[in-house]
Amino acid sequence: MAAIVEHAHAGVPGHDPRPLEYTVKDDSLKIFGFWIFLATDMILFATLFATFVVLRTHVATGPSGRQLFDVQGFIEETFILLTSSFTGGMSTFFMRRGSVRGTVGWLLVTAVLGASFVTLEITEFLHYVSIGATMQTSAFLSAFFTLVGTHGAHVSLGIVWMLAIVLQVLRFGITPATARRVFIVNLYWHFLDVVWVFIFTVVYLTGVMT
Amino acid sequence: MPISHLSHWGLLVTGDPLIYGADVSILLVSVGIVFVLTYFKKWKWLWREWLTTVDHKRIGIMYLIAAVLMLFRAGTDALLMRTQLALPNEHFLGPSHYDQIFTTHGTVMIFFMAMPFIFALMNIAVPLQIGARDVAFPYLNAVSFWLFFFGAMLLNISFVIGGSPAAGWTSYAPLAGLHFSPGPGENFYLLALQITGIGSIATGINFLATIFKMRAPGMTLMKMPLFTWSIVATNILIIFAFPALAVALALLLIDRIAGAHFFTIHAGGLPMMYINMFWIWGHPEVYIVLLPAFGVFSEVVATFSRKTIFGYKAMVSSMLVISVVSYFVWAHHFFTMGGGVSVNSFFAVASMLIGIPTGVKVFNWMFTMYRGRIRMKMPMLWTIAFIPCFVLGGASGMMLAVAPVDYQFHNSYFLVAHFHEMLIGGVVFGMFAALYYWWPKVFGFILDEKWGRWAFWFWNIGFYVCFEPQYALGLMGMQRRMYTYPAGMGWTALNFISTIGAFLMGIGFIFMAGGIVYSIFKGERDLTGDPWDGRTLEWSLPSPAPHYNFAVIPTITDRDQWWTLKEQGKQDTLRVRAEDIAPIHMPKNSAKPFLVGLAFFVAGFGFVFNWYILAAVGLFCVVILLLARSFEYHSDYHIPVDEVIHTETALGRL
Repeated sequence: MAAIVEHAHAGVPGHDPRPLEYTVKDDSLKIFGFWIFLATDMILFATLFATFVVLRTHVATGPSGRQLFDVQGFIEETFILLTSSFTGGMSTFFMRRGSVRGTVGWLLVTAVLGASFVTLEITEFLHYVSIGATMQTSAFLSAFFTLVGTHGAHVSLGIVWMLAIVLQVLRFGITPATARRVFIVNLYWHFLDVVWVFIFTVVYLTGVMT
Repeated sequence: MPISHLSHWGLLVTGDPLIYGADVSILLVSVGIVFVLTYFKKWKWLWREWLTTVDHKRIGIMYLIAAVLMLFRAGTDALLMRTQLALPNEHFLGPSHYDQIFTTHGTVMIFFMAMPFIFALMNIAVPLQIGARDVAFPYLNAVSFWLFFFGAMLLNISFVIGGSPAAGWTSYAPLAGLHFSPGPGENFYLLALQITGIGSIATGINFLATIFKMRAPGMTLMKMPLFTWSIVATNILIIFAFPALAVALALLLIDRIAGAHFFTIHAGGLPMMYINMFWIWGHPEVYIVLLPAFGVFSEVVATFSRKTIFGYKAMVSSMLVISVVSYFVWAHHFFTMGGGVSVNSFFAVASMLIGIPTGVKVFNWMFTMYRGRIRMKMPMLWTIAFIPCFVLGGASGMMLAVAPVDYQFHNSYFLVAHFHEMLIGGVVFGMFAALYYWWPKVFGFILDEKWGRWAFWFWNIGFYVCFEPQYALGLMGMQRRMYTYPAGMGWTALNFISTIGAFLMGIGFIFMAGGIVYSIFKGERDLTGDPWDGRTLEWSLPSPAPHYNFAVIPTITDRDQWWTLKEQGKQDTLRVRAEDIAPIHMPKNSAKPFLVGLAFFVAGFGFVFNWYILAAVGLFCVVILLLARSFEYHSDYHIPVDEVIHTETALGRL
């Protein structure tokens, strides 16, 4: 493992082959720590998925996924969230090129897409509740609302965090410290996208197929 | 009048002299603490030096104090239970009170005694062993501590406000569900553990990053001290096991406060799923607290036998094998679930397999002692006491792992005896060995040997007198968690003997505490920084270490770096030279970790009583504090060279 040293030319292009967010020891440490955090978050979702898979058929007197899920609705959510992962990637791209405008602009686009996703999800949840399919109806619905809701809560928190980072980039410009924040929030965002791919498959697609 | 208000709402627990006693003692202790702090004008000192600290050594000390206090608290629970069970048909404790006491005994011992004890050792020893100036994320480290602290507070106040949990430390559904356990007791359990668990996950992340990224130059993975290796294995377990507990607790809480049906017995809920999820965390947890003890024994055995550890690579690989296999044994806690032959066989075989790497370690410790020049100091005594106790407990564990036989042992006192033998003989003895071993490094004086030996013998004799009869009681049909039993079962004599043993351990604790108080005033001062003729890097530093640990980060060439240098007479290579000193980069103290803990406490308290406005206020404060941290850009500073030179000169090292 290469020793990470404090770099005198942090942030000066041409002096350091490493990306900006890795040039200061503390920042590269935090990125490493965040990867480990993502591992713990992955286990958290894995446990929720396991719960859902076990309880998927326990619909009691309530509706099943097939009766409930609206294909168009969850396809829209999926496309919006996947697109937001791409736009998040664009913000990292512009951060690496030192562009405040590009970084902030794409972060804002990402946050807006995230907010539309959350809005759609809340609408979906409210619709289920309005037709009497609540968390209290059956074990299947308890597991559904908890798994999908936990993901939605993660996305909502990510939006708030992203906006906080937008303010910081506007105030301090692109420095190793702000670059690290942009990079990490995007790691988080991509991770949530991957989780959604599994929700899309395990919850929705499997739900409407069986 | 807020108190009468609470009582009017039925919040204050009333009607039992023991609880009134607890009320009064909590009040007296609180008033006492406030008085002493005010009288000696120590508030500012407490806030600046301790509550806002991010120094791993101080955080370690706070964990240590909390662990010892909680050992006392949950040990008192144990003595109350043994008093109740000493004779048949006793009415010292009522059934519901007994339920609360065995629940808090187990919960506190695992979450608020064993866990903070291992966190204390990690904080105290790991950065010093690997030649680092602090952990990777000092601020997060403080957050972890305060989450643990306020989690512990939340559980402990349940005794006087609202009522304690009473569904066992495992809190099995459906018993722990709203239907069978109404009232706030279980909520206290779920939220206190959730809050402290978040802190544990953060600690796991923190120490993995520390060990993987902050070792001194030259210290390759296979040159790390074995205690540090044990912390690697432990933290891998923490980060992969604790999220499962977080989910189990959260789902049970959602069942209780939102009326969901994860673990209820109707609308499709599956109570057994809680039990599975709990033990998917629960069995790795056994090794989370045990592996650091293994690390301690490895350090102690080598140091006090004056020999290199036997089979270093086997020690490392056995710990890593344990950390993997411990994920595949969880169902042995409930073979009676009825999982079928193939499921039970898998878990039975895995449970037996895990004995192999553990056995390898025991042999390695013994081969290290073989032909060593052994010095019987306190840490070594505890290590030697550990071996027979652990082997005995391991053997009964193998018996429990035989699935068909387990149907007989299940939930009997045989099991109680087994896991106390592992957790006291394994974990607690290890923590005690570590306490005596690293105490001089932390506080600068050695714990008195004579008091220590009295404590040692009372603990050890008391242990066997208390728990060996329980194996027999279990085979005679006595079930765990019984609050009393009729005369004429043939259990009376063994129970009485067991109670005597418990009180002997209680006396042992008093000697231990007495020894600490005695040593504060009269203990031998550690002026060399190396009282045990140690082998690893922490013993090359003065005791206690300066707050930046290493004025100059050493370069490592050997596994037992400090020992090798001493052998070659080259200790001076670690001596600090003034021209090598550069400004030292350190984190600033911060009040936010304490406030984060407090905010979580407020939120948790709100959820316990379904006061959602209070809960929302608490969570809102958490988010605000996280954002405030995100906007903080100057959370560190540099210690100027002059100050380092001044400190090192004062320590006589320059």
